[in-house]
Amino acid sequence: MNLIQEIEQELGKKVPPPVRVGDTVQVHYLIREGDKERVQLFVGLVIGVQGRGIAKTVIVRRIVQGEGVERTFPLHSPRVRDITVTRRGTVRRAKLYYLRDRVGKGTRVGELLGDKAKREKQRDLETRAAMGGDSDAAPTADA
Amino acid sequence: MTLILGRKRGMTQLFDGDGAVVPVTVVEAGPCVVTQVKSREKHGYDALQLGFEDVPDSRVAKPQRGHFKAVGVAPKRFLREERLAAPATLEAGAAVGIDIFTVGQLVDVIGTSKGRGFAGTIKRHGFSRGSETHGCMNVRQPGSIGTKRTGKLFPGKRMSGHFGSERITTKNLKLVRVDAERNLLFIKGSVPGPNGSFVQVQTAKTGTAKA
Repeated sequence: MNLIQEIEQELGKKVPPPVRVGDTVQVHYLIREGDKERVQLFVGLVIGVQGRGIAKTVIVRRIVQGEGVERTFPLHSPRVRDITVTRRGTVRRAKLYYLRDRVGKGTRVGELLGDKAKREKQRDLETRAAMGGDSDAAPTADA
Repeated sequence: MTLILGRKRGMTQLFDGDGAVVPVTVVEAGPCVVTQVKSREKHGYDALQLGFEDVPDSRVAKPQRGHFKAVGVAPKRFLREERLAAPATLEAGAAVGIDIFTVGQLVDVIGTSKGRGFAGTIKRHGFSRGSETHGCMNVRQPGSIGTKRTGKLFPGKRMSGHFGSERITTKNLKLVRVDAERNLLFIKGSVPGPNGSFVQVQTAKTGTAKA
């Protein structure tokens, strides 16, 4: 492991939220209203994962009032408190950009079911346990 | 002005207090050793000579070996001078560490840019490219280089040639974090040269930090 990777492990969250392409997720995002802070939920479908290490981000897409909305969240950002998976999807590609051109029934993604889903769920729980109370360990710059 | 020598280790990112991403270059700098003190009386100007990174005796020419022996330090791979306005307060053999810098100050970073070999005008000077279609044969060519009337080429005309591998100074980069334990400087923005290359970090000559 090189120096940069070591630094990224120290700075980032110990275990990033276990999220995959095709998952339906709830992003717990910290927003600032005046001088108050609160957690906002952004619910949608993960249509892409980009970057590695501390720079890893996910693109989450949802339909709001008939209009597609996509937001990119850095997994290691202190503002992203948590990302919980509500539904595992079965998809065959890494980027679901084709969903942008679809409406209605065409935007559905199959659900991961059966033994595989159970194994995945078990693994998720283990990852969550490893995360522990880590969600507050936010990497910050001294500046 | 203060100077330290080091090696560029690579880039990564931090999150600031607001959660905004700050791109940083990690430089492993120092510890350096003062290998010579130059004075106005003896050399005509005041300066410190800094050495960085130990090398085996066998890697150093005999005259240089003597130079290091006189100060009583191990031979160093890199030597650079830091000009001073007033006579030096440090003595030869003194250590110079990363603690000369404070978080938030601006620094200049001097390095050798990545070598690009013999490069065309597009890469080297940012010329525009011609059309690849519609029967065009002029895609990456430099175009006209002068007029018939003057009958000569004006000096300084930008053409193809060797690009990169030259000394570059990036100025006024903010120091975001200092890791004294591991001798690491986290500098906002990019720094010339490939990862692992030798760089000099000094306090910014012109810029002043904004509050």
